[in-house]
Amino acid sequence: MSQVALTARASTTRPRRRSRSGATWGSPTTYVIATVLIAVCVAPVLYIIIGGFRTNAQITVNPSGWPDPWVLKNYADVLASPLFWQQFGNSVISAAATTIGTVALALMASFVIARYDFAGRNALYSLFAAGLMFPLTVAITPLYLLIKNLGLTDNLLGIILPQIAFALPTTVIILVPFLAAIPKELEEAAAIDGASKIGFFFRMVLPLSLPGVITTGILAFVNAWNSYMLPLFILNNAAMYTLPLGVQSFSSEHSVDTAAVLAFTSLSMIPALLFFSIFERRIVGGLTGAVKG
Amino acid sequence: MSESVTALPQRSSRSGSGRGAAKAAPRSDRARADWRKRFEIAILAGPAIAIFLAFVIFPVFMAAYYGFFKWKGFGAPTNFVGFQNYVTIFTDQNFLDALAHNGFILVMSLVMQGPAAVAFALLLNQNIRGRSLIRVLIFVPYVISEVIVGTGWSLMLQYQGALNDLLHNLGLGFLASDWIADPNVAIWTLMVIISWKYIGFAVILMLAGMQGIPDELYEAAAIDGASYWQIQRWITLPLLGPTIRVWAFLSIIGSLQLFDLVYIIWGQYVASTAGTSTMATYMVREGRLAGNYGYGNAVAVVIFVISLVIALTYQRFVLRRDTAGALTEKSDRKAA
Repeated sequence: MSQVALTARASTTRPRRRSRSGATWGSPTTYVIATVLIAVCVAPVLYIIIGGFRTNAQITVNPSGWPDPWVLKNYADVLASPLFWQQFGNSVISAAATTIGTVALALMASFVIARYDFAGRNALYSLFAAGLMFPLTVAITPLYLLIKNLGLTDNLLGIILPQIAFALPTTVIILVPFLAAIPKELEEAAAIDGASKIGFFFRMVLPLSLPGVITTGILAFVNAWNSYMLPLFILNNAAMYTLPLGVQSFSSEHSVDTAAVLAFTSLSMIPALLFFSIFERRIVGGLTGAVKG
Repeated sequence: MSESVTALPQRSSRSGSGRGAAKAAPRSDRARADWRKRFEIAILAGPAIAIFLAFVIFPVFMAAYYGFFKWKGFGAPTNFVGFQNYVTIFTDQNFLDALAHNGFILVMSLVMQGPAAVAFALLLNQNIRGRSLIRVLIFVPYVISEVIVGTGWSLMLQYQGALNDLLHNLGLGFLASDWIADPNVAIWTLMVIISWKYIGFAVILMLAGMQGIPDELYEAAAIDGASYWQIQRWITLPLLGPTIRVWAFLSIIGSLQLFDLVYIIWGQYVASTAGTSTMATYMVREGRLAGNYGYGNAVAVVIFVISLVIALTYQRFVLRRDTAGALTEKSDRKAA
């Protein structure tokens, strides 16, 4: 898929870019820099993944060595552990529910901000924009008390609801320009054809804002998948842990079993990595719209 | 994102669409349409507003309230102590150290990541084979969680770990050091890890900003015979200004709130002796872990106020340039 996209892109943009990059900017230099850059970015991740294929003895004797021989036991042990799958499932539920909730609520609110004329419209936008100033770090202590009073500690709902709330500001800010950019004529045409504003929302707005929805959805998913501070406060029972907490408790419990820690860690990062690499192009596309405002 | 952060993007026409028909209709119909509109607004925006107020805004105000009490978190707070918590915070050397670390991280993040991110984005904005793959790989550190980054790096940077071993094998053994525990080195280790983790996000933003620059400008410059570097210097950089300033804004806020990486790598107790504690790790350690919820909330308020003052100052003096043209329009819209 990426190969097809790559060639398609190359054929459309080549003439312009070539004239833009002077003859002095030779490809070899570019590739050397790019290779070094990638090596730096990827090496620590590879250390984790490859380290999981070694034994503790190998790691102790030769910390920076290659697996010799490659052992699958660490990964097999993690994959056979019910706790890993339990925490994996918790992460999936938390991330999926957060993503759906965030996108649905933000899309509805952005639709109101972008397409309705009413007195509080700017105030509503400012409210969400101001949310960028209210980060989780500041709210976490009282938020924990609030969740405790609601009886939602050790409950995935106790992290999903705040995650949605904290994802709303960025999501709304990215989505509003998308919805505002839908031509007025489409809305009028829909009205003439008898569609209500709500009908317009479902028939036209949803499909047309899909790029923005996908971008914000991925960001919400990845952030929820990686969320650490909130689960740290809210979830105390290992069976309710999401994977980041699981990784941390596993690595402190098995601090001598480095190989197992590396295997557990690398298995827990795969879903977010897959999700992101499939949709990477969409993210840059979605942000382009937002940056241009 | 720059304009949209500070001001609501406008539709081309603000006259209500779909209500042209309603104008000709009888009065009762119009009133009914008005009610219908209000109902739709409430249904559509209500849930988002409710959840946002309940879980974002309300807790911050509660923090301000709890911060005036000496309180262990059980029952209602009764032991009102006024500003004593705040006095304690600002006389505690541990907090002042943490604040200094946050300041250092803030400045160094801008200095280390900004130029590098622009350079990498320039590199990746070219039409080179394999660009998609390079872009995905560069974003890998950004996508994996802080816990994984922290766990992986701390194993790698142990004194008996992979990095020191690698340095020995390369004959650079004299460079080996106790990357995490040595107070002279630890904060630089943290800076390297932070830069590694977050530069992908900066590059995404810069790339998005570069793709928003109209092609015509590049074509015109090329026709005028400008070299690649001249084009980047006089077209890309100035037009990328708004994106860079928004990125810097997000980076500043992130530096002030830094928690996860430090807490995971250095734990709650080692951070202060290694010289990497931040205001947020101080807050969790002295608040939640010590059971002093009143005090923890007061620290949260301090973090919030410091962040807010820096953010508003930045918006006033730096981001204002990006909305200078729309300033008059902005002031009567009161969209901040």
